Amino acid sequence: MATRTKKREKVVITGICGALGKLLALELHKDFDVIGVDRRPFYDRPKDIKHLRLDLRRKSAINTIKREKPNIIIHLGVLRNPRKHKGKEKAIHLNIESTSKLMALAQKIKVRKFVFLSSANLYGPSSTSSGFLTEDTPLHGANRSPEIRDLVSLDMMLQGLFWKAPNMETIILRPVHIVGPDLNNAPSRYLRQPNVPTIMGFDPVIQMIHQDDMVRAIRASLKPKLQGIYNVAGQGQAPLSRVLMFLGKRAFPVPGFIFRGALQRAFKYNLTNYPPGELDHLKYSCLVDDARTKKDMKFTAEKSMTDTLIDLLEPYPLLPVPHKR
Amino acid sequence: MAPIFTANESQNMRFLIRHIQESLKNKIDPALLRRVDEAPRHNIGEFGTDPFGYDPELIKLIAPVARFFYDNYFRCEASGLDRIPQGRVMLIANHSGQLPFDAMMIGASILLEAPQPRLVRGMVERWSAELPFVSTLFNRAGQFVGSPAIGKRLLEMDEALMVFPEGAKGIAKLYSERYKLQSFGHGFMRLALETQTPIVPVALVGAEEQAPAIADIKPLAKLLGFPAFPLVAPHILPLPLPVKYYLHFGEPMKFGGDGTEDDDVIAGYVNEVKDTIQHMLHVGLEQRPSIF
Repeated sequence: MATRTKKREKVVITGICGALGKLLALELHKDFDVIGVDRRPFYDRPKDIKHLRLDLRRKSAINTIKREKPNIIIHLGVLRNPRKHKGKEKAIHLNIESTSKLMALAQKIKVRKFVFLSSANLYGPSSTSSGFLTEDTPLHGANRSPEIRDLVSLDMMLQGLFWKAPNMETIILRPVHIVGPDLNNAPSRYLRQPNVPTIMGFDPVIQMIHQDDMVRAIRASLKPKLQGIYNVAGQGQAPLSRVLMFLGKRAFPVPGFIFRGALQRAFKYNLTNYPPGELDHLKYSCLVDDARTKKDMKFTAEKSMTDTLIDLLEPYPLLPVPHKR
Repeated sequence: MAPIFTANESQNMRFLIRHIQESLKNKIDPALLRRVDEAPRHNIGEFGTDPFGYDPELIKLIAPVARFFYDNYFRCEASGLDRIPQGRVMLIANHSGQLPFDAMMIGASILLEAPQPRLVRGMVERWSAELPFVSTLFNRAGQFVGSPAIGKRLLEMDEALMVFPEGAKGIAKLYSERYKLQSFGHGFMRLALETQTPIVPVALVGAEEQAPAIADIKPLAKLLGFPAFPLVAPHILPLPLPVKYYLHFGEPMKFGGDGTEDDDVIAGYVNEVKDTIQHMLHVGLEQRPSIF
């Protein structure tokens, strides 16, 4: 068979020990040589996945990756939660430093593909942008929530690769809220609460994508001769109130100004991980258009919105290690 | 956090809400419900709304209110409703009366009296998206914050789109400027050409007298973030005067092109539509026996 004789490509996945990284590694390791890079240990990993415990900011780490001669780099190892890492400045520093080093390496050893997981949140929800946003929309997310400004600058940095290294297939994926039983990110946590606070009088239309669909989307982006920025969205969209009703959750409406004030104080005193700027997601819709992804990447989400929500509430042991919640 | 309501209580609550909704719907005239059901629906997803959050079922609760205003308050008389084509269509109308009852009545006339009932989608002011409850209500009722991108998507879904090219300038016009069309924007024409949409000109006679404004306090409007702050003569009442509305629907107009023409060409087409509406307004004014 043709696929057997073809040489297996080497994939480096940074941040492999995150839930999405693990799921991606399990998806890819049958067809690719997967090399994981993370500072955290990878428990119970399949034997054919190589794991390097490295800190990307160090020169030795970059040299180690260089020796592996990867064909594909999938960069998931970005700190998206500033609070977890004591002080925002440090997280920003870490993100930009490690990503720029990895980009330099990718250009030097001429990898075939460089995939970066950005986010559709960077477009920023606002009252004036209720339409379906395409990939050309400017990233205004940091105007309202300064916590994500480093993620915006990372996205911009990666866009520079399109002209700096035109032969390398750079892919920037901008998915909508990724939710799933194994994920512990803000949207999944928000929907898992028993009483879900909402902003009184506002009911935005939201989009979400199942973790499995997201993994499939990353895999679809590895196809040869494909580069660019892609919005990734799940099937359908629904008002937040109906999503909560479907989940059987009790919406707990709080007037906007009280909610914002309380959240600002709670965030300041380290009582919550939700940055106050994210509150706009409960107020305005931020819908993205994934027509380009459907056309070029030939990727459409398999899980319907109801399936995604059912999965979110009833966790199933997908990962070898039950993920800590 | 312990649940504030136990599962049982929240179930009871949801049962209660559904019960109230059902009993409200039972009170509504079944003929009216049938009209709403007959209207074509596009792209309704798993959760009962279209991609923009529009829920046709909600129209069933709004329709009785609209019908009260249509039949009893403004005693509307519509002509030319049979001229509205099937499929995608753009309704271009004059805007007036300080409060957007004209939009509600155009929507109501097509839902209640047209041979084929349609649910008309309108555009709302940008700042209404900042208002709690109002923004959600507008969104569920199919009104969207004006943007050509959304308009294009809706037309491609074969919806009926209502546009007031005068915009805020039109609705806030003073009593002395009544029935004088303000300058038209060009966006609607490009949209119509791009999507090959027929344009139905609509002249609404009556609404311009419903809230006579003497002056527009611009600094106050700017301070509050409103498009205008008109000083309306009977401003003690929150409701407009009970004037009589006459709605005239004109012949559909079709223009050839793809929306990439020069501004001069577009301006010519726009003026053609504007002149048609202005002419219909003059004819309507002559025919009308009285304001009330």
